[in-house]
Amino acid sequence: MLKQIEGSRAVAEAVALCRPEVICAYPISPQTHIVEALGEMVKAGTLAPCEFINVESEFAAMSVAIGASAAGARSYTATASQGLLFMAEAVFNAAGLGLPIVMTVANRAIGAPINIWNDHSDALALRDAGWIQLFAENNQEALDLHIQAFRLGEELSLPVMVCMDGFILTHAFERVDMPTQEQVDAYLPPYEPRQVLDPAEPVSIGAMVGPEAFMEVRYLAHAKQMEALKLIPAYAAEFKAIFGRDSGGLTHTYRCEDAETIVVAMGSVLGTIKDVVDEMRETGHKIGVLGITLFRPFPLEAVRAGLKGAKRVVVLEKSMAVGLGGILSTNVRMALSGLHMHGYTVIAGLGGRAITKQSLTKLFLEAEQDALEHVTFLDLDWAIVNKQLEREKAHRRSGPVAENLLRDIGVVAARNY
Amino acid sequence: MSYQPIKFYQTGTFTVGNRLLPPEQRSVQAQQKRYNSLNSGHRACQGCGEALGARYAIDAAMEATNGRLICANATGCLEVFSTPYPETSWQVPWIHSLFGNTAAVATGIAAALKVKMQKGERRHIRVVAQGGDGGTTDIGFGCLSGMFERNDDVLFICYDNGGYMNTGIQRSSATPPAARTATTPAVGETPGNVFGQGKFVPAIALAHDIPYVATATVADLRDLEAKVRRAMELSGARYLHILVPCPLGWGFASHETIKMARLAKETGLFPVFEAEHGEITAVLPIRHPLPVEEYLKPQKRFAHLFAPRLRTDVLTRLQALADRNIQRYGLLEKP
Ligand SMILES: Cc1ncc(C[n+]2csc(CCOP(=O)(O)OP(=O)(O)O)c2C)c(N)n1
Ligand code: SF4
Ligand SMILES: [Mg+2]
Repeated sequence: MLKQIEGSRAVAEAVALCRPEVICAYPISPQTHIVEALGEMVKAGTLAPCEFINVESEFAAMSVAIGASAAGARSYTATASQGLLFMAEAVFNAAGLGLPIVMTVANRAIGAPINIWNDHSDALALRDAGWIQLFAENNQEALDLHIQAFRLGEELSLPVMVCMDGFILTHAFERVDMPTQEQVDAYLPPYEPRQVLDPAEPVSIGAMVGPEAFMEVRYLAHAKQMEALKLIPAYAAEFKAIFGRDSGGLTHTYRCEDAETIVVAMGSVLGTIKDVVDEMRETGHKIGVLGITLFRPFPLEAVRAGLKGAKRVVVLEKSMAVGLGGILSTNVRMALSGLHMHGYTVIAGLGGRAITKQSLTKLFLEAEQDALEHVTFLDLDWAIVNKQLEREKAHRRSGPVAENLLRDIGVVAARNY
Repeated sequence: MSYQPIKFYQTGTFTVGNRLLPPEQRSVQAQQKRYNSLNSGHRACQGCGEALGARYAIDAAMEATNGRLICANATGCLEVFSTPYPETSWQVPWIHSLFGNTAAVATGIAAALKVKMQKGERRHIRVVAQGGDGGTTDIGFGCLSGMFERNDDVLFICYDNGGYMNTGIQRSSATPPAARTATTPAVGETPGNVFGQGKFVPAIALAHDIPYVATATVADLRDLEAKVRRAMELSGARYLHILVPCPLGWGFASHETIKMARLAKETGLFPVFEAEHGEITAVLPIRHPLPVEEYLKPQKRFAHLFAPRLRTDVLTRLQALADRNIQRYGLLEKP
């Protein structure tokens, strides 16, 4: 059914259609609307039987999900940013125990300085936690990926993170096609755990493992992730058969035929990039886009196949490996080993900085000329950066950086959240 | 029920395991068909109070639930000594997730079981969470308080050995004042753990007004079993704090574990009581209060109070703590 609704609402309704049995919630912007909607459904009795638990922290949210999943319940939670870091120890633990929890991450920057706006630092900080990580391009995909996430996670006994851009998607009212309960039921069988806490068959879950087998346990986690590379395209095809649309998968290419320059990105910024590429194509530029839906496991082969005909690759990412450059681009580079082409890293949109078509057009034109730096910070205000650097040189006690910069730009006073 | 009478010299007492008692009065542990939830072969130190406490507590919970029990365990000695790869001593469904999240994991299990019951996929099953004092009063405290406050259907058992034993005997917020640990060494002007710090979590649990709060020691194992049984009769959040002496960390001979627990109670340093819905309903009375020295002197962690010089000043302060407990909880046996 077509609906014009907020992204958070769409995700909440999709999660509800998946018949979750335990939902834990701890509020953090921009995730709040998702769990609020689910809480309302449980309280009203439209989502039943289901336990909705208001926990005291994100660490507890993930821990409650761990217990519930180990006891055989389909478990869900959502978070973002500081919340994801606060639960980090339990995030690793859920993966280590092989519990197929599904979690929405409403992607948001990480402080300090505290910032509620969108980038991908949160999910990417936990990229090696052992979770499958999917990135949605729009609200329809966010909705669809949640349904696929339960299927995939439960088949592999691995937790799945569905990442959607905070505010840009979570708070955007878009038209979505909401599936019916019958469709979801046809796609997603009831959860049949591989391991479960049951007095009839007592097992010890989470026992200590020493050097004699730890490597093997870790290797198996890797091997299971690699299986996802095969399952995801198969599940996307099945999804299409039931729901009638393409959604999910590993990567998506857009206008890449004969492209000399290919831009790689994840999430909602792909929409803007595609608009720019359309315009540039009209004036004869050979440029295309490779969108990455699956970040973990990283689809090395699909990325390589998508990029290998190009002369240059521009990885535009909303994240940064401090002291190195890009995170996504480092992964993309791994897929290109042995291929000779120019590779550029562009860090953009951190903490909600707008990524405009104008800036992208200029950037891509420069890339075509191979006039880009190895690492570019899109639309960085060099004036205030340099001013701060000088200030630090001049005075030992130069004051808190964030406050200094805010004073320098003067106009947009930071709002308190 | 048929049972084989066995002849003992000591009769008519409640000594645990006394097979001369009629079956209904026998302890769970004395029964031939006890559950052995924490089975033999684990790697606790000889005389470990925690192993003893856990064995009695979980078997009693199994008895009370007819074997329909799931346990969540915090990181710590109990977890490590019971599940060295590839072995496990647990004959109950058991999960270890992390050090500080056990109460929340148990909440999740209870929530899952509730939904599964509603769906008719499972019969009634109860949940026990357990951990050391560090995993309870320090790192696990946030999750514990959350579980209490929501009144989740979980019995949380804290095995209090007064320190982080598994990592080599460091101070926790349950370490008694003056005790020597690896991070409160017996050096300087005020050797050992500081006075005026630490917390008594049973009192904090009481403040949550949860259905059941009790303390116990491994010296009174019948009392311990009875408290587990009572806890399992109730639903909602329940808390049982058991004093479990640690021969290695406290520095006493491994055959003196029960004696140490008894002395802790008889001096008043560890009050044993029971409370329902925030009100204390019973205490285990002290017949003849003993001076704290009797408890402290045999333990190496307090040796610096007796040599090279007698620290009467410190002993006086410890005695005052014991006296305050006796006063506060009304521990003296009424004549
Ligand atoms: C987050 C985290 N911090 C620290 C540790 C190290 N650690 C493991 S067990 C333990 C001590 C446990 O003390 P307690 O809970 O009192 O149990 P005990 O071993 O004394 O029975 C510590 C500090 C850990 N495993 N996880
Ligand atoms: S160190 Fe103490 S608590 Fe740990 S196993 Fe040994 S006696 Fe038990
Ligand atoms: Mg301890």
